Amino acid sequence: MISWYVTQASSYAADVDDLFLLIALIVGAFFLAAELVLFWLIVKFRARPGVKARYLAGEKTSETKWVSYPHYLVLVFDIIIVAAALRVWFDVKIDLPPAEERVRIIAQQWAWTFVHAGPDGQLDTADDIRTVNVLNLQVNRLYHFELHSKDTLHSFSVPAFRLKQDAVPGRSIVGWFRPTVTGEFDIQCAELCGIGHGLMAARVRIRSAAAQAAWMETAPRMPQLAAVTPAVTARRGER
Amino acid sequence: MSGLASHPAVHHDRGFVTYLWSTDHKVIAMQYLFTGMLMALIGGFAVYVFRMQLAFPGQSVPLFGRVSSGQYNSLVTMHGTIMIFWVAMPVLLAAFGNFLIPLMLGCDDMVFPRVNRLSYQVFLLSAVVLVASFAVPGGAFGGAWTAYPPLSANAAYNLTRYGATLWVVAVALEFVAFLLGGINFITTAMNSRAPGMRMFDVPIVVWMIVIASILFMASVGPLIAGAVMLVFDQVLGTGFYDPATGGDPILWQHLFWFFGHPEVYVVLLPAMGIVAEVIAVFSRKKLFGFRTIVYTAVATGVISFFVWAHHQFVAGIDPRMASLFTITTLIISVPIAEMVFCYIATLYGGSITLATPMLWALAFVAEFLLGGVTGIFLGAAGADIYLHDTYFVLAHFHYTFFPIAIIGAFTGITFWFPKMFGRMMDERLGKIHFWVTIIAFNVIFIPLFITGAAGDHRRIFDYSGFPDLATPGLQRLRITATMGLVSLLAVQPVFFYNFIRSMVRGPIASANPWRANTLEWSAPSPPPHGNFAELPVVYRGPYEYSTEDREEDFWPQHLPDDSPTPVASVGDRRSA
Repeated sequence: MISWYVTQASSYAADVDDLFLLIALIVGAFFLAAELVLFWLIVKFRARPGVKARYLAGEKTSETKWVSYPHYLVLVFDIIIVAAALRVWFDVKIDLPPAEERVRIIAQQWAWTFVHAGPDGQLDTADDIRTVNVLNLQVNRLYHFELHSKDTLHSFSVPAFRLKQDAVPGRSIVGWFRPTVTGEFDIQCAELCGIGHGLMAARVRIRSAAAQAAWMETAPRMPQLAAVTPAVTARRGER
Repeated sequence: MSGLASHPAVHHDRGFVTYLWSTDHKVIAMQYLFTGMLMALIGGFAVYVFRMQLAFPGQSVPLFGRVSSGQYNSLVTMHGTIMIFWVAMPVLLAAFGNFLIPLMLGCDDMVFPRVNRLSYQVFLLSAVVLVASFAVPGGAFGGAWTAYPPLSANAAYNLTRYGATLWVVAVALEFVAFLLGGINFITTAMNSRAPGMRMFDVPIVVWMIVIASILFMASVGPLIAGAVMLVFDQVLGTGFYDPATGGDPILWQHLFWFFGHPEVYVVLLPAMGIVAEVIAVFSRKKLFGFRTIVYTAVATGVISFFVWAHHQFVAGIDPRMASLFTITTLIISVPIAEMVFCYIATLYGGSITLATPMLWALAFVAEFLLGGVTGIFLGAAGADIYLHDTYFVLAHFHYTFFPIAIIGAFTGITFWFPKMFGRMMDERLGKIHFWVTIIAFNVIFIPLFITGAAGDHRRIFDYSGFPDLATPGLQRLRITATMGLVSLLAVQPVFFYNFIRSMVRGPIASANPWRANTLEWSAPSPPPHGNFAELPVVYRGPYEYSTEDREEDFWPQHLPDDSPTPVASVGDRRSA
């Protein structure tokens, strides 16, 4: 149902959507059944002159079964949902398939910085590529991300990937994704981070391998940007 | 009774000063109720302003003006804080707890009346501190009602140096007030029951309020410790939550949610209790599975201490922990579902009258069901990755908190109004208010489930920066929600008019206008200081409705087995 509104753009997006659908079907059926019984009882047992209510304590087994059978059913469905939910959770958050590339994501009030390894495939070298508020990815490539925050909590959320992870200052949190379609989608900060929270938008740009290689060629390298960074930091300090 | 010995024998409850210093549990209940209502107006105004901003971003909001992003954050924060800590808690727990516990237990007052008075005074102070924070330089705190550090701990990040500290101080004071009140509730229920009243002769609402008070006392300690550390971080420059000095921001989240999740049940249980009383009376039925309901409430309370990290699945905790908390979270659906099933089953074979209190009670069940089942999506860790911090979460918890704090409160107010003020409320106005409120409520939050599922995340003051979210379709849904809210707020004057007019000029209520069994209905309406002319003795359980060998369909707890139901208490003011 989520895919009616948001494209499935990662390898696990469909799994999350299927889980959502499964839960929707189960709890939806329960919800409708409970509401129907509720309204049926209200209509059926409206006060009528001369008709007295029945005296039922709800403590005999013959009476309690009407409550306990549905509630065993709740337990059974809970187990099904737990199993399905943890399978998706394991795939997205615990399992870490081998990476083809690693990107560093740095959140701060109120911008996203993305660091790519560049041609040598190593982060923290002179040919690193740094972009602000645009994450450039290659389709069908398995990325590990390394999430940092410079100040408050932020949350790296890409709805099209069905991925969300808080960024915590002082920690480096690693996760993964594999984009499966080309295109451009929102990146949001999903944890309140101050007055600019609503402006902390970024885009993920997913390209074919050839287009990504062409972008890598032209993208500015770290040293060129290094001169800019201290000035930005200094301005923040004044504020 | 123990209450007798502990307060002075002479009372002159007249005049404003004596009113302020009264130790009468009913006066204190009214003080809590009116303070809660007043705070609800502030919380309601806050949501009006920020929802108008969401529907019509950047435009001037009538009665407020343009909303800056800083103001937006403050309003969102204050709306959440006020509605939970200064509306739901004082109205459901403190107002109804204070009013009902001594009356339903058949005693003359709380065990510690002066502690009770102190509880309200500290609460009033906390409300003043919170409201004052709107006026300090920088404005009210804008770091969300969850106040996650480092944002809340560091003025350089939140830009509300004074507002942030006042927020923590106000919340801590409020906790002190409820600890004092809770001690009273628990002690009174343990010690001051009327002669003959065994544990399962205690009405369900008193059970629920006592269980809620125990939950509150057991969960609030860690958060108070956390709040002290947060104030130290803000004011003294310590680094409990600052990673640069070896602290950890996630510590706060654990302390907050260890309290915060049981807190949901602290307000839910009293509302469930109120609803159960009303359903039993207006379906003329014994509560279905009374003991089962009590046991499920206890079970829910215990399990609620083991679910807190479901708020933190994607917060950076060890992902393996999510398995444990997914299981406990879904397990909690079992006792809660059983409780709701018992409520529905109570209607079976009943003789249902749809008076205003009953409408509210049934609406509680109908709406809370949706809040309950949508919680399953969020407790399921895999789905929460996507849904966390979206409007889906917001719609979910409003489908729980609105029934609790608003529908539950209206259920209780309309039901006990005759006892509180000795007059009946107007049924026609009551029903108009009911229907518009309920329909408007659904018009607000059904669209927000959809925008949440479409990826709208929370606490964004303007979606124009997000191309995937700034679509006309989603904006239409946001506008629909705001229109629902405006209608909801617009109909509340009907309630206030009905409330005040009925208080002054409503038809005089008999002692027992709803023909109910519990002890408060054996006292005069309104009960005088000391409650009962003669302290009652209890002969049976609270829900002996429609017993087979009696002509009357109710059998008050205080009547000896051989005496007929007194005609005087059979008021016929009940309108259908």
